[in-house]
Amino acid sequence: MAVKIQRKSELKIGIPTASMPDIIFQLLIFFMVTTVLRQYSGLKVELPDAKMVEKLPTKRHVSTIWVDEKGRVVIDDVTVKKLDELRLIAYNKLAQDPMLVISLKVDKKADMGTVTDVQQELRKANTLRINYSAIPAG
Amino acid sequence: MALKKRNKEDVEIPSSSLADIAFLLLIFFLVATTIDVDKGLDLVLPPMKSEEVKINPKNITNLLINDEGNVLLDNKPVEVRDISDIIREKLQKNDKLIVSLKTTRGTKYEVYIKVLDQLKRAGATRISIAEPEET
Repeated sequence: MAVKIQRKSELKIGIPTASMPDIIFQLLIFFMVTTVLRQYSGLKVELPDAKMVEKLPTKRHVSTIWVDEKGRVVIDDVTVKKLDELRLIAYNKLAQDPMLVISLKVDKKADMGTVTDVQQELRKANTLRINYSAIPAG
Repeated sequence: MALKKRNKEDVEIPSSSLADIAFLLLIFFLVATTIDVDKGLDLVLPPMKSEEVKINPKNITNLLINDEGNVLLDNKPVEVRDISDIIREKLQKNDKLIVSLKTTRGTKYEVYIKVLDQLKRAGATRISIAEPEET
């Protein structure tokens, strides 16, 4: 008697997804830890576009100066009230780190008057290597 | 009938929504974090009190940007996007050419960067930022 063995496979064994929350938590904790690495918040600026952008050589020997469209100047964690202060601050930073590069994050609507003043102060402090931050485009 | 107590009461908190919550938090962080822009245009400022090296006027090109964003190249008005071609031609004729860039106090930073970008596109390496005029 040939009995056709019909196997109704009702048992559908799927891939066990019980570990999904664990993986997601891993990713989450990774992002939570790696993205809060910025030390200074600086000012909110809208950077201009430029094509011939180059990467800053290193992240270590960098000080950042923000200039927003109102003309406020912030260097790293110090809000500069009078531009004369900037010269001393930059000079001290250069003394601690001769390889210093200044990253200038200036709002695209800012007036060149403030930027020129900042550049003059940087020249007086002898911190001549600067990098105008810009968004790659074009 | 003796009531049989279930000795093992396995009541688990339903953890089926854990993944959803975790996904939500993850997407929040992905969206909310900004990646710092590390790229930009390099420049070396001229040192202070540099001895006035007498440079042959033939080897300098003067660029002036005014408050409205108009650019004068050697006292001739030019369009910003033509600057790179013009400078490239000049560099071919004279590779020791120094480009001097001057702005006024009311010039918009965006225009300055556009011009600087054009100079870099032309391959100019000797870019000098001129001292602002004392007005």
